[in-house]
Amino acid sequence: MTNVEIEKSEGEVNYLNNGHTVKSWLLTLDHKRIGLLYLFGISFFFALGGIYAMLVRLELLTPQGDMMTAETYNKVFTMHGVIMIFFFLIPSIPAVLGNFLLPLMLGAKDVAFPKLNLMSWYIFIIAGTMFLFTMISGGIDTGWTFYPPYSSIYSNTQVTLAGVAIFINGFSSILTGLNFMVTIHTMRAPGLTWFRLPLFVWAHYATSLIQVLGTPVVAITVLALAFERTLQIGIFDPKLGGDPVLFQHMFWFYSHPAVYIMILPSMGVVSELIANMTRKRVFGYHFVAFSSLAIAVFGFLVWGHHMFTSSQSMYAGMVFSLITYAVAIPSAIKTFNWTATIFRGSVSLDTPMLYALAFIGLFTVGGMTGMFLAAMGLDVHLHDTYFVVAHFHYVMVGGAIIGYLGGLHFWWPKMTGRMYPEIWGRVSAVIIFLGFNLTFFPQFIVGYLGMPRRYHAYVPEYQVWHILSTAGASLLGIGFIIPLIYFAWSIKYGEKAGPNPWPASGLEWQTASPPPTENFTYTPVVTHEPYEFEHVAEIQEAARLEAQSA
Amino acid sequence: MPEQASTFAWEVDLFYIALVLLTVVFSVAIGIAVFVFSLQYRRKSAGEIPAQIEGAMILEITWTVIPFIMTLGIFAWGAKIYYNMYTPPKEALEIFVTGKQWMWRAQHPDGQREINTLHLPVNRRIKLTMTSEDVLHSYFIPAFRTKTDVVPGRYTTTWFEPTKPGTYHLFCTEYCGTQHSGMIGTVTVLDPADYQAWLNNTTRELAPSKAGEKLFAGLACNNCHGGPVDARGPALEGVFGTQQTLDNGTKVLADETYLRESILNPNAKRVAGYGAVMPTFQGQVTEEQVAQLIAYIKAIGPKMESSTAPAAAAGTPAPAATPAAPPPAAAPTAASQPKKN
Repeated sequence: MTNVEIEKSEGEVNYLNNGHTVKSWLLTLDHKRIGLLYLFGISFFFALGGIYAMLVRLELLTPQGDMMTAETYNKVFTMHGVIMIFFFLIPSIPAVLGNFLLPLMLGAKDVAFPKLNLMSWYIFIIAGTMFLFTMISGGIDTGWTFYPPYSSIYSNTQVTLAGVAIFINGFSSILTGLNFMVTIHTMRAPGLTWFRLPLFVWAHYATSLIQVLGTPVVAITVLALAFERTLQIGIFDPKLGGDPVLFQHMFWFYSHPAVYIMILPSMGVVSELIANMTRKRVFGYHFVAFSSLAIAVFGFLVWGHHMFTSSQSMYAGMVFSLITYAVAIPSAIKTFNWTATIFRGSVSLDTPMLYALAFIGLFTVGGMTGMFLAAMGLDVHLHDTYFVVAHFHYVMVGGAIIGYLGGLHFWWPKMTGRMYPEIWGRVSAVIIFLGFNLTFFPQFIVGYLGMPRRYHAYVPEYQVWHILSTAGASLLGIGFIIPLIYFAWSIKYGEKAGPNPWPASGLEWQTASPPPTENFTYTPVVTHEPYEFEHVAEIQEAARLEAQSA
Repeated sequence: MPEQASTFAWEVDLFYIALVLLTVVFSVAIGIAVFVFSLQYRRKSAGEIPAQIEGAMILEITWTVIPFIMTLGIFAWGAKIYYNMYTPPKEALEIFVTGKQWMWRAQHPDGQREINTLHLPVNRRIKLTMTSEDVLHSYFIPAFRTKTDVVPGRYTTTWFEPTKPGTYHLFCTEYCGTQHSGMIGTVTVLDPADYQAWLNNTTRELAPSKAGEKLFAGLACNNCHGGPVDARGPALEGVFGTQQTLDNGTKVLADETYLRESILNPNAKRVAGYGAVMPTFQGQVTEEQVAQLIAYIKAIGPKMESSTAPAAAAGTPAPAATPAAPPPAAAPTAASQPKKN
């Protein structure tokens, strides 16, 4: 960018009103617009996945499989899983908030490769469209885990097509990760050293590492599956000379780290929320930063804990179990440090903070129950029961989605220039928290009682827990619809936010809301560490006014 | 808490309760801390800037090291239970289980067969050897706290000791297709007298080893594995449970998995000294028939690796009377040697 262009962007021109044509959106290279494009994409898939979730919950209201056929039910839970994981959770925070914020937080004008960034979105849309086509042309019934030989030989649904969609979608994830890594390495503002980076950036760096290193493995795995299915090449089916357990190793080599692709960015968001809503530097900044990297690295070494009952070698299982406990420690470190950050802070209980607090509570339960599943002797009983379902929903919904929503509320004024209605924000946060617990807590109980996952019909003694769960899911659904309405409303009618409404620290708050296309009208120079609130002009101004009136 | 009906049940439950308590302590502690801090330190004025605390190395070390030691304890406890679960005892009643979309077949050592039910005597160690005819399944008995995947192409085993007569759920817990949730059944644990009555009243087919013997003749296995000098294949008396030397010089233990592989894929691991002449029986024999052949080979083996219970053994005195086989050799390892010549 030249100086002339920077000067032009001053004033009322911002990234939203800088071009109104469809082309100006669909061919944009602006990371902020691409972030919004992703927001529309993943919101669509989230709604779709949510509808499937409701269908599952409604079917399970009664023990008999009476609402839909077994075949339909199997397709419904598979679609729920695939959509939520591959088309919502994995892209959610990195592609929306990460895309929007990373360059702003770095004081950069864009990501390192803007065209690649746009391409990532198109790949995502193409893969998503393909998957929708899979859906209308019969769907798939393998579960999101695609275990062969069922998926490769026995299922007569659209497995190959779905596999290709996921294969293609992987490239979107890889390219985003690559883009972020290069951006973080090369595009930091003058003075922005590694240990002056916000923790959101650290978390995204760790996430990108997993995306770049892990995603190719799942791509190869689904490709191998497609080869076996279409060309009868024996890789996984023993009748063709393959080994079904090999697939599980390959699948979880990616899919366990993928869990960290989903949760790490959310941890980054929560670090930002807690620091800014308490106006305190994150306690143990270095520990929180490095724990993200530790999770990314150790996360690659624990995949076998999904396979304790699979006939995997007992001693291999023990190694996986041990390393799984090692990966629990960095998560615990983060939780303790967040708690310590709140101590003696200046705590605002606005909506983003409510989400951050909910995250700490729910993630603690999700993480602790993960230790049950990593404990081999106990996992034998719990494996593939509703206990597992409850556990990963505590991490994925209670962790990843709660963090995403908290972040969306926190940065909404930056993205749109408008505030959402605070009172409705708090109401829906509370509804989501209650609805979530009512949905998933009973599943821990029914899981320990022995209710297996992926059951269309079940024995009647489990019904009471399923009724509670379905009731909770209804509440949760309402909780998710409210923000959808008020966010849409706020774009037009919300109160104008100004550059730094909270006020918060961080470079993204030093530019206009919404930011100009070039992000900054000057090149920011960073002279201090992150979360130093005595440097935030808005807080200084408020303090000055208070002193005057007193 | 689900019903406790095996020796593992209380062990697992105790561990579970310990972890629940730990979770409650941690979650409540963090929950209270977060809740109290959030209310106590609420923002008092718009311009408030709290005193900054940089962090404290001593705290970081504390909350890294203490959870680490605790998790090591949890790991060891879990690994110990797991080790017991997956180390079957030498002496056990052996039942062969086949999973198939969407039913469970069980074959008892005396020849009783059942589908989607499993009758067991109380207070006896039971070992299940399992395989699948098609896709992955998993054999889960919540009241016993045991579960093992049933994998096509290989044998998996699980064991338990029922402690309480009663009827318990049996679930398939590895997603296996359309009627996955219908692949359920019951496990009935009986008092010894009732169990004996059940054994007597259930139509008894040939015991697996006897059925295997018939198959062995029917499939003309004995043409080559018949035992005389110059036979094209090794004689199989006394082979089970011994180390065999392969043509590439490595040794392999002749266990169920090896025998199964050698029936379905004979040239994968060929005993030294024999040509690649055996055809595959893949597709010609069902998994149950493979199991019967193996039961026969075990019966003519030197020693039963996990001998069936006295009652069951009494029901199958057959092996000694096998026409093709000499009486069980007193020096079994020697018995397999002379065939090579």
